[in-house]
Amino acid sequence: MELSTNLLIFTGLSLLMITTAFAAVTTSRIMRAVTYLLFVLFGTAGLYFMVHYTFLGAVQIIVYAGGIVVLFIFAALLIGKGTIDITHTSKRRYFAGILTSMSGMCIALYLITNTNFVTDKFTVDGVTMKTLGNALMGTAKHNYVLSFEVLSILLLACMVGAIMIARKK
Amino acid sequence: MLDFNTITTAIDQYLHSIMPAQAAIVTECILVALCAVLAYVAFAIVMIFMERKVCAAFQCRLGPMRVGPWGLLQVFADVFKMLIKEIISIDRSDKVLYNLAPYLVVMSSVLTFSCLPFADGLQVLDFNIGVFFIMAASSFGVLGILLAGWSSNNKYSMIGAVRSGAQMISYELSIGLCILVIVVLSGTMQISELVEAQRDGWFIFKGHIPAFIAFIIYLIAGNAETNRAPFDLPEAESELTAGFHTEYSGMHFGFFYVAEFMNLFIVAGIASTLFFGGWAPLHIAGFDMFNDIMNYIPGSIWFLGKTFFVIWLLMWVRWTFPRMRIDQVVSLEWKYLLPIGLVNLLIMTICVVMGWTF
Repeated sequence: MELSTNLLIFTGLSLLMITTAFAAVTTSRIMRAVTYLLFVLFGTAGLYFMVHYTFLGAVQIIVYAGGIVVLFIFAALLIGKGTIDITHTSKRRYFAGILTSMSGMCIALYLITNTNFVTDKFTVDGVTMKTLGNALMGTAKHNYVLSFEVLSILLLACMVGAIMIARKK
Repeated sequence: MLDFNTITTAIDQYLHSIMPAQAAIVTECILVALCAVLAYVAFAIVMIFMERKVCAAFQCRLGPMRVGPWGLLQVFADVFKMLIKEIISIDRSDKVLYNLAPYLVVMSSVLTFSCLPFADGLQVLDFNIGVFFIMAASSFGVLGILLAGWSSNNKYSMIGAVRSGAQMISYELSIGLCILVIVVLSGTMQISELVEAQRDGWFIFKGHIPAFIAFIIYLIAGNAETNRAPFDLPEAESELTAGFHTEYSGMHFGFFYVAEFMNLFIVAGIASTLFFGGWAPLHIAGFDMFNDIMNYIPGSIWFLGKTFFVIWLLMWVRWTFPRMRIDQVVSLEWKYLLPIGLVNLLIMTICVVMGWTF
């Protein structure tokens, strides 16, 4: 019962993601491409919400849709209209692009068809915030305090660097 | 006391009895969405009327008085005017993005709106991550504003949009820190649990000094998030005509207008949930008789009462203070509110660890 409603939502989300992903790479206007990419990311967030991974879904929206696309829009806006010309590319780059995307698709298809997905360990209830927080800050096995701290140092370095660049007269 | 869980359970059972389970779920989703959107519009109308009357009161005027008794029908007249206006298309604008932008803004606002706890059981979305989802949902509204400004092919719109982007991204940090203060105090992010934890005392009393500081910072940052005076630089009339929605007409402009008012409602609603206990009635430990009397007032009235009190506070600020300059807006956030917020979070953590809360 639950399954086919899920299937319906999954089909809808994947159709949205596939169409907007195609639109993102086929459009010639950079701002439209960014906006279509936003909908791909929303679709991904929707998939996470569908399997009750609400934290991952919210992070997907807040980090990708909220942060990166806003940054991208700033970059696209600051670069300006005339500087990016993606309508006239050389034949060599055209074929290189096709080759790259085809090989990427082959790798992805090979991985999807040859992976044993562990479905029996999957829980539909999702993970609570408390479990996640303990796992992120814990020091026991399968906890992530080291990577968490390393990432915070990286972000701190980024912030200090940004301030240094901004202060330079 | 009126419990909405009984009503929703009854509807759920009725739908399950007349149709298969899947169809019932789909029907419920559609019904809930319809109710949420209708409530959204209804509150928007109330808010617009309230804004006019409050504004008039602060300027020693009467406000709208001619259409209907006390001008009650003025907003409906305005809505009809807006609906029958032509939606024009702008020369050399990006049509797709131009038409998409208002919907992005409204989408973000409706998603956030559906997280508000109106009463016990009267809440659409209640995730385990709760307040974090609210932050995520409200974070992409700024994209609609940026796209609106960019696609209008108008430099005033563009300046308004970039100002709005800078302002909203900055003040989101302060809002996040204020929410974190309450999360530290309560130990949960789920909205229903947050309200439940405030049954024996609202967080603004339980968390005393740090909670009060967080409330003040939240009010300032929330005012900036909704682009209202003294932070209404994105649509500063005297310099940018109407900012990012200069080129919009008809209902497309209406969407921006409604979303702005509803964002004010949402900010106030979240403030009343986090600091004043949402639908939880006022309880004072020891006064059992007083607590019993307070229990007779329904939760939805408590929630709306607190929310409209916070809205009134924000409107008071909006009609009292003059507009700030953009550099003042940005330095207020980065040089004052953010450091105070960080220190405040530290104070709250120390208070919770040492057990200095009520």
